Amino acid sequence: MPTPDTASKIPVTVLTGYLGAGKTTLLNRILSEPHGKKFAVIVNEFGEIGIDNELVVNADEEVFEMNNGCICCTVRGDLVRIIDGLMRRKGKFDAIIVETTGLADPAPVAQTFFMDEAVGAKTKLDAVVTVADAKWLTDRLKDAPEAKSQIAFADVILLNKTDLVTPDELRDLEARIRGLNPYARLHRTERAKVDIAEVLGRNAFDLDRILTIEPEFLASEDHDHHHDHAHGNHDHGSHHHHAGNGLKHYHDEEMQSVALRTDRALNPDKFFPWIQDLVAKDGPSILRCKGILSFKDDPERFVFQGVHMILDGDHQRPWRADETRDSRIVFIGRNLPEEKIRQGFESCIALT
Amino acid sequence: MSDTHAPIPSLADRVRPIEAAASVVGVHFLGAIPVFVLGEEALLFAGDDERRVVAHAGAILASACDGKRIITGGDDGKLIETVSDGQSRVTASDDKRRWIDQVALGPDGAVAWSAGKTAHVLTGKGEDRSFEAPSTVAGLCFAPKGFRLAITHYNGATLWFPNTGAAPERLEWKGSHLGVTISPDGKFLVTCMQEPMLHGWRLADGKHMRMSGYSARVRSLDWTAGGEFLATSGSEQLILWPFDGKDGPMGRQPQILARAEARAAVVASHPRQPVVAVGYADGAVKLVRIDDDALILVRQADGQSVSALGWDGTGQTLAFGTESGAAGVLAL
Repeated sequence: MPTPDTASKIPVTVLTGYLGAGKTTLLNRILSEPHGKKFAVIVNEFGEIGIDNELVVNADEEVFEMNNGCICCTVRGDLVRIIDGLMRRKGKFDAIIVETTGLADPAPVAQTFFMDEAVGAKTKLDAVVTVADAKWLTDRLKDAPEAKSQIAFADVILLNKTDLVTPDELRDLEARIRGLNPYARLHRTERAKVDIAEVLGRNAFDLDRILTIEPEFLASEDHDHHHDHAHGNHDHGSHHHHAGNGLKHYHDEEMQSVALRTDRALNPDKFFPWIQDLVAKDGPSILRCKGILSFKDDPERFVFQGVHMILDGDHQRPWRADETRDSRIVFIGRNLPEEKIRQGFESCIALT
Repeated sequence: MSDTHAPIPSLADRVRPIEAAASVVGVHFLGAIPVFVLGEEALLFAGDDERRVVAHAGAILASACDGKRIITGGDDGKLIETVSDGQSRVTASDDKRRWIDQVALGPDGAVAWSAGKTAHVLTGKGEDRSFEAPSTVAGLCFAPKGFRLAITHYNGATLWFPNTGAAPERLEWKGSHLGVTISPDGKFLVTCMQEPMLHGWRLADGKHMRMSGYSARVRSLDWTAGGEFLATSGSEQLILWPFDGKDGPMGRQPQILARAEARAAVVASHPRQPVVAVGYADGAVKLVRIDDDALILVRQADGQSVSALGWDGTGQTLAFGTESGAAGVLAL
């Protein structure tokens, strides 16, 4: 839950990516650039980091189920202990970076920050950053479910090693990534070279930063070849990614996003039971969800986000006179029951 | 709520303030000398003259004391023993410089510690034995009599007999078990879970006890004088589970004392009297008499969470410290 002292919490960035994608290269880049910041780094193996840093901690990646009857409510037990230990050296570092193994599911890491009160009181999840190998991503999306989850879960994606593929292959890869996750910030990189500000300090889990819910397109400046095709006005209400910006349209059979929108006010007494029931039943297949809601007779925007079964939401600010009062929700997940979700959402519209 | 009542009697002006100037993570007494374990590097001896003893090159993750020595585990991979004259020595080092984050002292001079999944015991005779837990060791404690070490981990606890070849005894309960304690009569083992609840076993027959209702993860446990109750943090009051009968708290309600606005963060039972010291998340420290819930204020709330509390062996002196580096000693 957001608290007034959010600013004093230590931000935590989670680096994921399949084996060999370039996570360690990115990590070394973050640590070696002259930004004046100090990081505590939680890695899964010793010896890979080329930087001398006394605050490097080895993690065992122990994923524990919570005793609440939900198989998707998992936390990283090692992180609970490590963060407790690291906080004894508060003041010695500005941020924490967690590097996961190539086969790791990002969800337990993210859930640790919401499920463990002691961790959540002192640190805040900043963003999940996924590094993908341009040369091998297409293969990995076919044979490695972890790679697909890492892309779908991400807030920021680095499509790395772009020098090893042709421009056509690159566009194809971007379309595949967008098919899985149209909402992440996507950057093309070589040797994980990216402006550090695009990776750190993203506040991707901060309810106050949920400004709009629209598919993201390429954020990197090397993306000029798409600009002449890009539409000025996307149909934000349409579900799924769309091919209007020149990208090919890929629909992944397993992992999709479902985006819903209505300009009619919602009834909170219908919406909350519905969303809670939805995540209780379909939580295991919902990786991430996010929403901006307009409730009937409520002058304030309500925002929420979730990871599997965990939901976090709050009133954000009053609706401004110049903005459209509509409600938007997006789900990213595996084999999502799209029609059921759509009908459920529509049943939450307030009767006038 | 306590603050709607008349002000409770206060001993706050009799506290000797100590400027720890660093987060206090533990407090112990070496004889009559209060010693504050700081979050980083040092122990602060607060006897007639104050002095800092540097024990670790980094964070201090765990500490234990038997009145004669304090052992500490650090993120430098070292286990350090410090005695009352301020001398420190390395008792053990992790060969991979992993964090030593659990420590315990036994009744016969034995020391236990863990790094990752490996628990070690250095027996009173100086023999080093180790045990490989199924997952990272999250809690250690010796049984009060005999030579058994309780080790908590994912999905339960293990009772290990380092002096004999006897097979370790596994106590299973689904979930992540963190801190652990064994009742002074040796009959019950209780763990703090990742969820806001305790789990207990009656060791004679393995019967389970679930103790729930907390608003947060329980991080501090202490047996009251004589082992009558288990005093616990984790709620906006002091929760005392009755362990006086053969069934412990099975089918019984806890006593709920010292209601407050803030959550109890640390508890420390008086060694002889039915009195518990409670440190709250808002910085207040109170003495609570179990019989009638009478309260005495030791420290005013000021917003910095109490993080350590301890009595000397006779119960004449209470020492406390906070996350923000304030500390104090109260001689009763």
